[in-house]
Parts: sequence; structure tokens; C-alpha cells
Amino acid sequence: MNYYLLIPFLPLAAFIINILFGRSVLKENAHWVSILAVAGSWVVAVATLMDVISGKTLNQNLYTWIVSGSFKVSVGFLIDQLTAVMLIVVTTCSTLIHIYSVGYMHGDKGYYRFFSYLSLFTFCMLMLVMANNFLQLYFGWEGVGLCSYFLIGYYFDKKSASDAGKKAFIVNRFGDFGFGLGIIMIFITFGTVYYEPVFNQAGSFAANTVNFLGYDVNLITLIALLLFCGSIGKSAQLPLHVWLPDAMEGPTPVSALIHAATMVTAGVFLVARCNAIFSLSETALMVVALTGAITSLFAATIGLVQNDLKRIIAYSTISQLGYMFLACGVGGYTAGVFHLYTHAFFKALLFLCAGSVMHAMGGELDIQKMGGLKKYMPVTYGTMFLASLSIAGVPGLAGFFSKDEILWLAYSGPSPVGKLVWLIGTVVAFLTAFYSFRLIFLTFHGKFRGTHEQEHHLHESPKTMTITLMLLCIGAVSAGWVGIPALIGDAVGLENWISEFMRPVLGHPEGHGTHAEEWMVMAISIAAGFAGIGLAYFLYLRRTDIPARLSEQFSWVHRILFNKYYVDELYSLILIRPTIWSAKNILIGITDAKVIEAIVNGVPNAIGSFSRQLRKVQTGLLQHYAMIMATGVLIIVALMLLR
Amino acid sequence: MEMMVVNSGFPLLSVLIFFPVAGALILLLVSRSRETLIKWLALGVSIMNFALSIPLFINFNKATHLMQFVERHEWIPSWNIMYFLGIDGISILFILLSALVTILCVLISWNSIKTKVKEFFISILLVEGAMIGVFCSLDFFLFYIFWEAMLIPMYLLIGVWGGPNRVYAAMKFFLYTLVGSVLMLVGIIVLYLYSGRTFNILELATKVYPYQMQFWLFWAFFAAFAVKVPMFPVHTWLPDAHTEAPTAGSVILAAILIKMGAYGFLRFSLPLLPEASKAMTPVMLTLSVIAIIYGGVICLAQSDLKRLIAYSSVSHMGFVTLGIFALNTQGMEGGILQMINHGIITGGLFLGVGAIYDRTHTRQISDYGGVASVMPVYSTIFIVFTLASIGLPSTNGFIGEFMILLGGFARSQWAGVLAATGIIIGAGYMLWLYQRVFFMETSQKVAGLSDIDAREIIALMPMVILIFWIGIYPNTFLGFMHESVRHLIERVNTGSVHGTTIAQNVLEIMK
Repeated sequence: MNYYLLIPFLPLAAFIINILFGRSVLKENAHWVSILAVAGSWVVAVATLMDVISGKTLNQNLYTWIVSGSFKVSVGFLIDQLTAVMLIVVTTCSTLIHIYSVGYMHGDKGYYRFFSYLSLFTFCMLMLVMANNFLQLYFGWEGVGLCSYFLIGYYFDKKSASDAGKKAFIVNRFGDFGFGLGIIMIFITFGTVYYEPVFNQAGSFAANTVNFLGYDVNLITLIALLLFCGSIGKSAQLPLHVWLPDAMEGPTPVSALIHAATMVTAGVFLVARCNAIFSLSETALMVVALTGAITSLFAATIGLVQNDLKRIIAYSTISQLGYMFLACGVGGYTAGVFHLYTHAFFKALLFLCAGSVMHAMGGELDIQKMGGLKKYMPVTYGTMFLASLSIAGVPGLAGFFSKDEILWLAYSGPSPVGKLVWLIGTVVAFLTAFYSFRLIFLTFHGKFRGTHEQEHHLHESPKTMTITLMLLCIGAVSAGWVGIPALIGDAVGLENWISEFMRPVLGHPEGHGTHAEEWMVMAISIAAGFAGIGLAYFLYLRRTDIPARLSEQFSWVHRILFNKYYVDELYSLILIRPTIWSAKNILIGITDAKVIEAIVNGVPNAIGSFSRQLRKVQTGLLQHYAMIMATGVLIIVALMLLR
Repeated sequence: MEMMVVNSGFPLLSVLIFFPVAGALILLLVSRSRETLIKWLALGVSIMNFALSIPLFINFNKATHLMQFVERHEWIPSWNIMYFLGIDGISILFILLSALVTILCVLISWNSIKTKVKEFFISILLVEGAMIGVFCSLDFFLFYIFWEAMLIPMYLLIGVWGGPNRVYAAMKFFLYTLVGSVLMLVGIIVLYLYSGRTFNILELATKVYPYQMQFWLFWAFFAAFAVKVPMFPVHTWLPDAHTEAPTAGSVILAAILIKMGAYGFLRFSLPLLPEASKAMTPVMLTLSVIAIIYGGVICLAQSDLKRLIAYSSVSHMGFVTLGIFALNTQGMEGGILQMINHGIITGGLFLGVGAIYDRTHTRQISDYGGVASVMPVYSTIFIVFTLASIGLPSTNGFIGEFMILLGGFARSQWAGVLAATGIIIGAGYMLWLYQRVFFMETSQKVAGLSDIDAREIIALMPMVILIFWIGIYPNTFLGFMHESVRHLIERVNTGSVHGTTIAQNVLEIMK
């Protein structure tokens, strides 16, 4: 099974070839190297999935990375059911988005650079999901963050783009601060950072308390929450969500691949991977569930009023990631990963459709200036419509199955906050359907509201793009069929395959509720979805005067939502500006300049003035010297006599 | 029982010290008008010296903590001063790095030094000899001579070929380090008298000194070493010296010279004064953490390229001292590795800044912008240094910082947690720097610049290669340290374990 090594290292090879030869040799053919590599990875990933399905898993070290005293860690690979699913998600999305980029990035001056970064990203993401220890996970984790930094700031001559890239990296570092400490705590507790011994021994530490910075806390809860800090950053949860909307400065394929389908889900993957730790701590799980639920509601409300095509989808991503954490937090790791998997398809599709729209609109992003695009770009419209139905949870489509499973587990599971997060989740389902279709209706229906010039230019995108849209659309529609809930599955003779498949790694909590309750939960979520679509239809196609009146009447609500609750402004006010101010005015202005330098320059100055005084002694008069000498001798003699 | 092997075979260490000095003497004889010849000679000598140092790397026995390649001769018998050289797992890497860095300094100065070319390259070679001497001296007197000897050419490098404010900076550098050194000299003399008149460092490390004496000696040594590191609050010479020094001067300062402080702690303070070192750990950890945060935050308000990197050194050296005074394996090995790493990374950053300074003649960050558009190769290399500086995994910076944080956290949770904020701040100022210089619209001064040429690429590539080598396979380098570090930690923790073994060894040698 050693061919699994090809999965990460093919994209790495593509990166190296492209970065070395892309600029001078490959130029506009740079995509071939990257596409062949990632497609190769995909083929091997499928073969690996087959292996895992047939019961073969693998945990193997490649070489010893760091040794120091008792600390030892390797570069190594763990391929189990969870990894296999992630491999399919990553390589599939990556391959399709590579192909889409050929059309989308055509003629860009940094063409080779774009494909080298995509390949590097794919490598890092694969190293992340295939790691068999925490330090390699961290390697992949930071690596994808780096690629994200490069790709957000891809148009680096734009200040906003380079700002956004930097912001993404630094905000993530706040999360990684906790994550890193978590890894250190794991080593100090378990004496190793390999998954297997850590997860096996975690149970025996469940009751331990540890003094952390003066507070006595439960050891496992502490470790889980420190790790979760990393998830909060990478998956853009409250309060570290601020980087993801800005990340939309990157080219749209990047938004689809990194900031929707793969990298941002790494946080969910981390929690699922560490389920053996999280499950031991009710507190940690509750924090995860509530963070997810609150974030998903928070982001959904912002999404209601935004006008930037990509930012709406970005807030939708934050919200859906919250959903995945909500699932993990109620113990439904399978449901969380299942949603991760379906979300990858429909959200990547939404972004790629947005890219297609931008392509037609000449880079325009304001949906208020669009409208009626469906007759110009039928493929984009059709696929985006289906993707929106999927995210809205319309029965039969991918999003429905995963969302339903999450809500049912929240409702029926053992979590003390289960009912609360179920309620929030249901409200979010309604909001999601609403803003998704607000976007569809404003963009594709009604009359075109842009300039004549733009209208003249409207066209469907080239084949490499539309074919990708259609392929992803197959996923957005059917990806959920591997997880048909038992309630329906029993009736038609299908099993919930994905839950069964991942049970060895993630377990599977049984809901405690009657069939009637289960039908009810499902019905409510379906109703919420349709209500959202219906309301959007009513407000944006029937009574188009109402939204404006509403935003006027509740202008303060609108203002808060439109300005994203002023979180960015708050951070600037309480963190960024005071730090830089004190660096300038206190550290440079006072400590370095006035205190330390005063002493440093003061001592020589004092010596200088002292010696100026001393110089006066040297009068040049012999009798003075003789007198001083005599006094000196006298003193010495006196001292010797007194001894 | 294993024993230290003395004076066997080729006196490699002496050659490494005196070959560059001999090179400098030859340069002295060349007519000053033949600048090309001078440059090629200097390059040849430095490359040759690096080649000579390779056998150290290959033949070093990693399985022992004992000194190797030892040379020992009577020098001034009446004062019991010896010419005593040797290296162990702590010092070997610094010798290799010194030899490498000298080559790069010669290369990067090729066109940028226009006045007194001959004297410049003589100074560089003299510095090299003295630096290597510092790292292999096992006689305290000899050590002190090299330690002081390297001040003079360094002072000249800053004071003669530096920027507009060079005289002030050079004087400050000189006085700061001299004051510290004088206190160290007092300490050395006290040790000499107390221990029955010996300067032999290995022998001194076998004695047990009263705590009161250790305490005062610790602070006397601290004065010398902390200034060199530089630790907070004696760091203010560094920004001035770095900013005013010519590129090669900055590189030598950053890569080697400031490592001598931390090396001093490892070679003298810890093994000679174990009780005091242990007792002073809280102070040292506190100062380290302050340096990390203080040095980092102050970078956020810098407008001068070299000054920013200088302050970032204060922060990174804070990590080093934190690791050393964690007094555990991961911390100390991380600290030593991070010394090498910092030499590579910050050396690389200064080399890189030098390359662009030669083109624009400005250090003001606000004069830059959009360099990535006009100098893609240079920008790619510089981002590698930037990322290594902020400790991205797969670069050497990550390995060092992670091990230090691991060791630091195990020693003191607060120190570990506070130091970890350094990785956030570090990302902040380095990426901000990179953005302002390389991204955004192309500024006037930058427009039309030519990308770096082959000479500059050759000067920068060794650092790039080492960054990934250490990042991906650090064991090549960590392997040298294990035994020496284990032995040092035992010495510190038990005061005298293995002391007897060494004492016997020393006695054997004496016969």
C-alpha cells in the first residue's frame, strides 16, 4: 500500500517543477504539471479508499523528523476511514478546481505562480489529513495557512489583497497560539505526540486536574480547548472569523478550494480526529457546540444584508462551518464530517458559479447591479440554483441529508445544550435558505441593473469552467446519498453507508427519540428551508419594495448587520492601535530612548564630567603634587600602624 | 574509561583560526590598487577555510561529550596559561557557521565596498580568525584574548565602512561590550585565584565553588554575555550597530557575534556556576520573555529596514536564552539550534537587505513597495527568510522555536505561554515588513531595478538550503548536540556528576 505516498508527493513535485521552471520555461503551460499531478493523486486516493473499504488501514512512519531527549516525532502517515474520506474530498475538489482555473486564470501574468501555489496547497492539505501525529498535522496546518496567505494576496499589487492575506495569517496565528500550546500539553501529559498512543491513553487521564497558570482545570478539557483554539482560527469561528470574508480578495477558484471546500474545514477535521479527547470532556464539547451554533447564527444574520456576491457566500461558509462544529459538539462527529463532505461540493460549486458570474460581469461583485443573468448563462444559473437548493436543505439533495442528521442528533442526543443548538440550527436553516435565494433572485432573475456596457458583455463562461460546474453539480446533488438516514433508508432498503464506514474512527451516537420525533425534526427543517426560499421569492421577486422599506425602518439593525457587528473596528480599537501606539510612544519613546539610553549615555557623561573635575587636580605645580603625595603616604602609614 | 585525545594528528583548529589571519597578512602585502585581486584572494581564503572546516563535520564523534580535536601546549608556564583548543557538540556548529558566513560576507561586499577595499577584507578575515578562536578556546585567558581581539576589527568595520552615524554606533558598540568584558575579566581572575591558579576551563568546571562566590561570578559573567546576546535591557547598542554597519558587518554581528553571549552562558555560566545558574533561572526566564515580547512589539513601530531586523534579533535571542535557561534537553538543544537558525535566518535577512540597499541606497521601508513585481527571484528568496523568521514548519525557525517553547513551558508555564505570544507578534511585524517592501504598488525608487545576479544568488542560496535542511531533517544538526547537552544538564542539575570523571581525565592529561 506504499503507493499512498504518491498522494501528497505528486503535488509537491508539481510545485517544485512549477516554481523553478514555471516563469522561464513552462509559462502558459504551467497548468499541465499541476493538473496531472493532482489528478494522479486523485486516482491514488480512490484506490486508497477502496483499500480502506476492504478493511486495510495503515499507520506508518516515513522518517524521524525531530529527536531531542525523550521527544521524538516522525513524518508519518495514518490512513483510516476518516483520512480516506478527507482524501477524496480534497483531491476531488482540488482536481476540478485546477481544471476550472485553466479557463478562469487564462492570460494572467502570474499564471505559473497561481498553479504552483495551488499544488503546494494541495500537498500541505494532504499532509495535514494524512498525518499520524500532531506535529505533522501542525506542519500541514501552517502550510495551508501559508498558501492561503499567498493566494489571498495573489494580486499583491493591490493593497486590499495584501492586507487581507496578512490579516488571514496573523488572525490564524492567534488560534495557532492555543493549538501549539495544546500540542505541548499533549507531549507533557502523554510523553508522545503520535495520535495512536495519545488517543488510547486519553481515557486514563479523564479525571486528572492540572494547574494551568494558577487555575486548577481538568487536564483533558484543557487540552481539548487548546486544540480547539486552532480550529477556531482555521475554520473562522467566533471570535476569529474576521479573516475569512476579507479572504475573498483572492481569485475565486481559491475561495472555492481553500476558503470553502478544504482548508477551512481543517478545524472540523481536527475536532473529529481528536474525538477520543473531546468526547471525554463534556465542557469542551459544550464549548464546541455553542461556538458552532452561535457562529452559524451570527454569520447567517450578516449574510442576510450583504451585497457582495462572494462575501455572502463567505458568510455562508462561516455559518456552515459553525454547523459542523455544532454537530461535533453534540457528539455527532460523523454528521459533522458528513456535512463537511457534502458542503465541499455545494459550496465549491457556489463559489465557482460566482466566479463564472464575475467572469461575465467583468469583475463586478455587487449583486444589486446584477439581475436577469439566467438567460445569458444558463449553465451557471442551473448549477448555482441546484447548489442553493442543496444548501437550503431541499430533500433529496446533498445538503439535506447532512443537515438533517445534524439537527436530529442535536435534538435527540445526550448533549445538555442539544435542544438549544437544535433550535439555533433550525433558525439558521431558515436564514440560510433565505440569503442563498436572495442571492439567486437578485443575480439571475428580474431585470439587469448594471451598465449597458456590462450587459453587452454578458456571456456564458468557457467550457473548462462550465464542465467543472456540471461535474461539481453532480456532487452537490448526489453526494448525500451515501448517508441516507435510517428512518428513510430502512423503508427503501438503503443503509446509512457513511456513518457505518466511519464508525470505527468516529463512533456513532444513537439518538434517543421516537420515529415520530424524528419525522417532526425533519419536517421542521424542511419547512424552514422552504420558508426561507419562499420569503426570498416574495421579497425579491414579488414585492421588491419591501426590502428597502425594511432596511429604512430598522436602519440600526441593518447598519449593525451590514457592518458585521463592527467586530473589525473593535479589534482595531482594543488591540491593534493600542499595541502600535505603545510600541511607538512607550517602548521606543520612553523605555528605549529615555530610560535605557539615558543610563547608557548617562554613565559615560558622568564619567566625563567627573574626569573634568578631576583634571583640575593636575595643576602642574610641583608643590601641589608633593603635598598630595605626602598626604597619601601619611594615610598609608597610618592605616598600616592601625592594623 | 573514555578519555580525551590530545594533540593527535593535524592541528586543524589552529589552522582554522590562523589561516584567515595569514590570509589577512598576505592581503597586507598586495598593492591597494589591485582591488580585484584583493577580493579574489579574500574569497579564496574564506572558501579554503570553510573547506578546511568540513573534516570537523565529518570526523566529529557524536557519541561522546568529551572535547575533540584537542590541541594543548604550554604557553606562559609561570602563570599556568596554556594554548588549549578543542570543540564539543555545543561549539562545533558555530565554527562551521562562522566559516560559511565569512564567504557570504565577502561575496555580498564585492561591489558595495568602494573605499579602503584592502583594509575591509583584512578586517573581515581577522574577524573570522578571532570568532573561530572564541569558539574553540578551552583556556580562559586564551578565550578572553580572542573575545577582545574580535572587537577591534568589528569596531573598524562599523566605524569605517558604516552609515552616516557610524562613529556613534561603533563607539557605543565598543564601550558596551568592553564594560561587560572587564567585569568578566574580574570574574576570570577570581576563578583563577580561587581554583589554585588555572585557566583551564575543563578543570575549572570540575571544582565546586561556594554559592556566594558563584552568585557574584554569575553576574560578572552576565555583564559580558548579556550585552553580547543582547538581552533586555542592555540591547540598545544592537539597533544602532546593525543599522550603521555595512552589510557584511551586520551579517557577522547577527550570525556569529551575538551568539557568543549565549555561547558564554553555555560554556561558562552553566558548567562553572551550576548552583547560581539554577537559582537565577527565574530572573533569566523573565528577562528572556521580556526580550521576546519587547523586541517583537517594538518592531511594529519601526520605519527602518535594518533597525526592524535588529530588534527582531532581540526577540529571537530571547527565545535562545529562554531555551538555555529552561535547563532541560528540549529547551537547551532548541536554544543551541535556534542560535544557528538565527544566524542563518537573520544573516540571510541582512544579506538580502544589503542586496537591495546596494540598488536603492535607502533603508526607509516607506521608500519601498512592489519589489515583488520587479525582482521575482529576490522576492522568492526573501520570503523564505521571512517565513523561517516567523517559524513556519518545514523551515529551521519552527524546529528551534517549538523545542524552546516545549522546554520553556515544561520549566515554567508562564514563560512558555508568554513566549508563545512571540510567534503571533513575529508574524505581525515580518509580514507587515514584507508587505510594505515587496507588495502593493511599485514605488519610484523600486521601479526598474534589476533582479539579483548570480553572485548574489550564490551568496543567498546556502542560507536557503540550510533553512530547509534544518527544517526538514534537523537531526543532522541535533545529533551533534545530544551528548554534550546531556552532560551539561547533568552537571547543572547535580552540580558535580561526571565531574570526577573529568577531573581524572584532566589529571591523566597533566601527566
